[in-house]
Amino acid sequence: FYLTPSQVNSILKANEYSFKVPEFDGKNVSSVLGFDSNQLPANAPIEDRRSAATCLQTRGMLLGVFDGHAGCACAQAVSERLFYYIAVSLLPHETLLEIENAVESGRALLPILQWHKHPNDYFSKEASKLYFNSLRTYWQELIDLNSGETTDVREALINAFKRLDNDISLEAQVGDPNSFLNYLVLRVAFSGATACVAHVDGVDLHIANTGDSRAMLGVQEEDGSWSAVNLSYDHNAQNEHEVERVKMEHPKSEEKSLVKQDRLLGLLMPFRAFGDVKFKWSIELQKRVIESGPDQLNDNEYTKFIPPNYHTPPYLTAEPEVIHHKLRPQDKFLVLATDGLWETMHRQDVARIVGEYLTGVHHQQPIAVGGYKVTLGQMHGLLTERRARISSVFEDQNAATHLIRHAVGNNEFGTVDHERLSKMLSLPEELARMYRDDITIIVVQFNSHVIGAY
Amino acid sequence: AARMFLRLLSDIQWRAAHPKWRRMTNSQRGTSTTAEPHPVSLPAQAQVVICGGGIMGTSVAYHLSKMGWKDIVLLEQGRLAAGTTRFCAGIVSTARPMSVELKMAHYSNKLYQQLEQETGVQTGYMKTGSISLAQTQDRLISLKRIASSLNVMGIPCEIISPKKVLQLHPLINIHDLVGAIYVPEDALVSSANVSLALATAASQNGVQIHERTSVSHVTIQKGRVTGVETDRGRIQCEYFVNCAGQWAYELGHSGEEPVHIPLHACEHFYLLTHPLKEPLSSSLPTVVDPDGRIYIRNWQGGILSGGFEKNPKPLFTEGRNQLEIQNLQEDWDHFGPLLDALLRRMPGLEALQIMQLVNCPESFTPDMRCIMGESPTARGYFVLAGMNSAGISYGGGAGKYLAEWIVNGYPSENVWPLDLKRFGTLQSSRTFLRHRVMEVMPLMCDLKVPRWDFQTGRQLRTSPLYDRLDAQGARWMEKHGFERVKYFVPPGSDLLDLDHSKTFYKPDWFDIVGSEVKCCKEAVCVIDMSSFTKFEISSTGDQALESLQYLFSNDLDVPVGHVVHTGMLNEKGGYENDCSIARLSKRSFFMISPTDQQVHCWTWLKNHLPVDSNLVVEDVTWKYTALNLIGPRAVDVLSELSYAPMTAEHFPSLFCKEMSVGYANGIRVMSITHTGEPGFVLYIPIEYALHVYNEVMNMGQKYGIRNAGYYALRSLRIEKFFAFWGQDLDAFTTPMECGREFQVKLDKGMQFLGQEALWEQKQNGVYKRFTMFILEDHDTDMDLWPWWGEPIYRNGRYVGKTTSSAYSYTLERHVCLGFVHHFDEKTGEELVVTTDFINQGEYEIDIAGQRFQAKAKLYPFSSLFTQRRRKDEVELSGYQRE
Repeated sequence: FYLTPSQVNSILKANEYSFKVPEFDGKNVSSVLGFDSNQLPANAPIEDRRSAATCLQTRGMLLGVFDGHAGCACAQAVSERLFYYIAVSLLPHETLLEIENAVESGRALLPILQWHKHPNDYFSKEASKLYFNSLRTYWQELIDLNSGETTDVREALINAFKRLDNDISLEAQVGDPNSFLNYLVLRVAFSGATACVAHVDGVDLHIANTGDSRAMLGVQEEDGSWSAVNLSYDHNAQNEHEVERVKMEHPKSEEKSLVKQDRLLGLLMPFRAFGDVKFKWSIELQKRVIESGPDQLNDNEYTKFIPPNYHTPPYLTAEPEVIHHKLRPQDKFLVLATDGLWETMHRQDVARIVGEYLTGVHHQQPIAVGGYKVTLGQMHGLLTERRARISSVFEDQNAATHLIRHAVGNNEFGTVDHERLSKMLSLPEELARMYRDDITIIVVQFNSHVIGAY
Repeated sequence: AARMFLRLLSDIQWRAAHPKWRRMTNSQRGTSTTAEPHPVSLPAQAQVVICGGGIMGTSVAYHLSKMGWKDIVLLEQGRLAAGTTRFCAGIVSTARPMSVELKMAHYSNKLYQQLEQETGVQTGYMKTGSISLAQTQDRLISLKRIASSLNVMGIPCEIISPKKVLQLHPLINIHDLVGAIYVPEDALVSSANVSLALATAASQNGVQIHERTSVSHVTIQKGRVTGVETDRGRIQCEYFVNCAGQWAYELGHSGEEPVHIPLHACEHFYLLTHPLKEPLSSSLPTVVDPDGRIYIRNWQGGILSGGFEKNPKPLFTEGRNQLEIQNLQEDWDHFGPLLDALLRRMPGLEALQIMQLVNCPESFTPDMRCIMGESPTARGYFVLAGMNSAGISYGGGAGKYLAEWIVNGYPSENVWPLDLKRFGTLQSSRTFLRHRVMEVMPLMCDLKVPRWDFQTGRQLRTSPLYDRLDAQGARWMEKHGFERVKYFVPPGSDLLDLDHSKTFYKPDWFDIVGSEVKCCKEAVCVIDMSSFTKFEISSTGDQALESLQYLFSNDLDVPVGHVVHTGMLNEKGGYENDCSIARLSKRSFFMISPTDQQVHCWTWLKNHLPVDSNLVVEDVTWKYTALNLIGPRAVDVLSELSYAPMTAEHFPSLFCKEMSVGYANGIRVMSITHTGEPGFVLYIPIEYALHVYNEVMNMGQKYGIRNAGYYALRSLRIEKFFAFWGQDLDAFTTPMECGREFQVKLDKGMQFLGQEALWEQKQNGVYKRFTMFILEDHDTDMDLWPWWGEPIYRNGRYVGKTTSSAYSYTLERHVCLGFVHHFDEKTGEELVVTTDFINQGEYEIDIAGQRFQAKAKLYPFSSLFTQRRRKDEVELSGYQRE
């Protein structure tokens, strides 16, 4: 049983989205030309989320990928709310006042964000009032705190991340009289999500990362070839600094139990995340909330389960690591992607595939037989695939789709193998997660002319 | 010096015997890093210096030394046989469409066969035979044409069925085949070892061979080679032979006075595999699948397969030496389509393991034919290069011809199609070459039907009327870079596009050309003939007349205003050129020659005219636009335009006069038409061309004037039995052999070139005779059309080949022109051909294996053609070219 190429395409393209920054007077004054995004589910439903928005009261554009675990509730909430927290953190005092006054007097609110959403990227209507109230409380505090200083993007990002995670935690502790909402806030808090967010304003690129999604810059070298620059650090057991940090925050007695089998407390892969109150609350608090919570929560073995060696919470934080990068003309694009992509592809290949896709030039690695044993038939098949690969570039109108095609369909020679692609995409739901993870990708293309003029 | 030969010889033998040298796949890196001091210093002088130690250079050295020349130095920039020769596929294939190429390949095959015995160097010669496959009927026709040629050469060959193909080669998938040609004597060799064997023999004969010696440039003084500058010092020499392969172009341009050698290298790929489970027999025939663009030969139990892709990769040699060329990368993606074709042809090879994809650059030339001969600008500077991937097949024969050329002044065969002088500087542009070779390489496998044209490198030389003619539906062909009209497509008529008009049968322009011919016969047509080569020769005294009288066989001491048709003959009486010469004044002459004579004729004149500052030769080709007015009403048009009487009394045939046409003055009008029809050629200074053309067309309207092209001209001249140079006439044909004795004035009172040879022929008779054949039972609509090169049979025996053919709209028959020989039935010895011999035979023409009855004629049908205006008109205008 094989999927036809057009069936494959309809699966791959189901969630693709492109946005071009509009031009004014025939010129694009933004450092961003636009972005392509896409996601391919492995979980059902998918636990990854993505967001993209333009800040309307400040300059800049926000883009983010969110990888949920233990359900999608937390990732969904973060994808809806985080950019508002960031935007609010960046707003000058006067604008905050203006907004607060508008809300106070029931006037129309200044729009804060212009979202760039795929139809499948939904916002929960039920929780909007609850979320809005939390956000309003945040900006009211910001108004009260008025430091008079101009807002630093790094600080704003860190504050926004921490504040949102805090609100998620509080909302779950307080609960809601509406049983649906009550269950929702608990699901959000007990599930988790990583976040990798980019803020682009002119040549200033900030990446705020929490967890193991990744931001990568595609750089075109003088000879036309492509190289990759990491703009985030993974927060997981492979990152020594991160392991050090966790160990520093807890007594020496716990040193051995903190990280087991490359997981936090032997359970959690990312070392930083939103939600996941099971790694943040005290045992007492967890028990109290679960007991008083709805039956669904009580019946869930996972939520009831207390991590072993749980002595000195919190073990987990949503605080992001922020990297600032000044964009250069050779910086052609940014890839934000959840770990589903990075597990299957090396960043260097990602840089090359996207770079070649965007420039339309294909520096296909030449094949060398060398000392390998290759038959004429194998070579024939390989060459046919490579030809198909070139034509597949023209099949995709979206860089993220193109990248997913490679991530899922690549064979050992780095070519899209239709057979493999077809197999991977036709896996039954229960098997899919064993062969691949959810993949979410945003490819942001920069405007070198604008960047060069800075 | 004797000791050095021995040392060198042992060096070669050592390497020939060394296993590394026998394995083609062994990278050159291995051998070239074997540091070896230069054995001896270069000699200060030599008679001949050959540059290039590949198959060409060693073959020239071999043949020169065989002919007794000993003072020869061969220089090689890297190692012997380490360039293209080392990497080429080693297939000796005689199935070539062109006669001279076929002869070279045939000779090479015979030479290589005995080379091992002669030299003791193993050449790997194996007579495997070859099979060329046809996937289409048209391809089969082209193979049958080749079979006809091979048969009359005495080379065994057979057109076979797909079933027979399978018997000869069990791996071939025959499902899409319609037939094949089997040439059982074709062979395989190790090309590098053949080259080493030739070097060994040459060395034994006294040729000095120096490896790792680069020629930086050749010094030329007063138009003669004087020496060679190398990285190891200078060698004075009389002759230099450029056998530098893909570097020949660059080397030609390295000196102060460039020698233009138009060739350009392309990457060429072939595949080597490990042996099959059951290793292939080394006697398995080579397979050529031109429709799949591939060739396949057995190689060490596995296969070697390469091809000529549709999208070649040209390669610049500038600044790259042998080693760098050898380390070119494999490009599997590029080879992909050829691999597809290979596995389609031999599906059983899927499991065969790849050993290597070899990237072996090959040199290609603008017309797919190799380049040999002497530079037109530097005497003693010879070239042999540009083999279009057939270096091994041609190597032996080409080396022999060039050696003969150097030693005897000309080869034993007509090699004009290969002569360097067929090119001018115009083919030497790198851009032109790059574009053209990209067309030529795929053409190696493309089907070549009659009258195909190159599509790249066009619109270089054009008449000022080009746009006007193009707008009126002109379809173009190219000669020597000049665009010429084939015919005019009338508005509203739809011709097939290029690909679909390819046919061996009746072409789609048949009726169009027919109506142009009719107009030439009944009214008047105008043909732009500006491409013809035009020289002016003048002197202060009688030098011009005296010199020309020596160079031309006809009497040029005619009254001013007369036009003379005459051959420019060599010592043997053969045509070096065929021209019309007008005596403009006592001391100046205007000479018109075929288009592709521009370089050759110039060189011939330069080499034969005395060095005299009072004698001036000028190439005025570019100065004049030539309009040929053909037809009975041409006289009316011209007299109305010039207000001058143009009747035979005032303007006899073969007359030349400057007059005004319209507003334009100084138009050189000649009463010749190149067709035998009445009419004039107007030589118009180019700035007046448009004006005169417009005037002629306007005035001509009431006489029914129309444009015509060369196809009409060709039909007219062939039905009139006019031979033209380059097609029917060559350096081995004399006026006596083509019925042109009347153009030879043996008793003109002074000596001329070729006079003695012609005397002898007059006395003893000729050994071949130009004859006209009218096909009798040929159905124009249904049968294959003749082209040229078809064998002629007399009473069932082969007597010669056709040289040109055309459909005569007047006779409503095909007319073939060709030469009839008389071979002794027993000995095969050539006997004198008499008129009776011609007239008393029953003739057949073999078109792709099918014989058609033909009527032979030695004189044209005078009765068919009216309007004879001067008694000797037909005879005197027996001059034609295309």
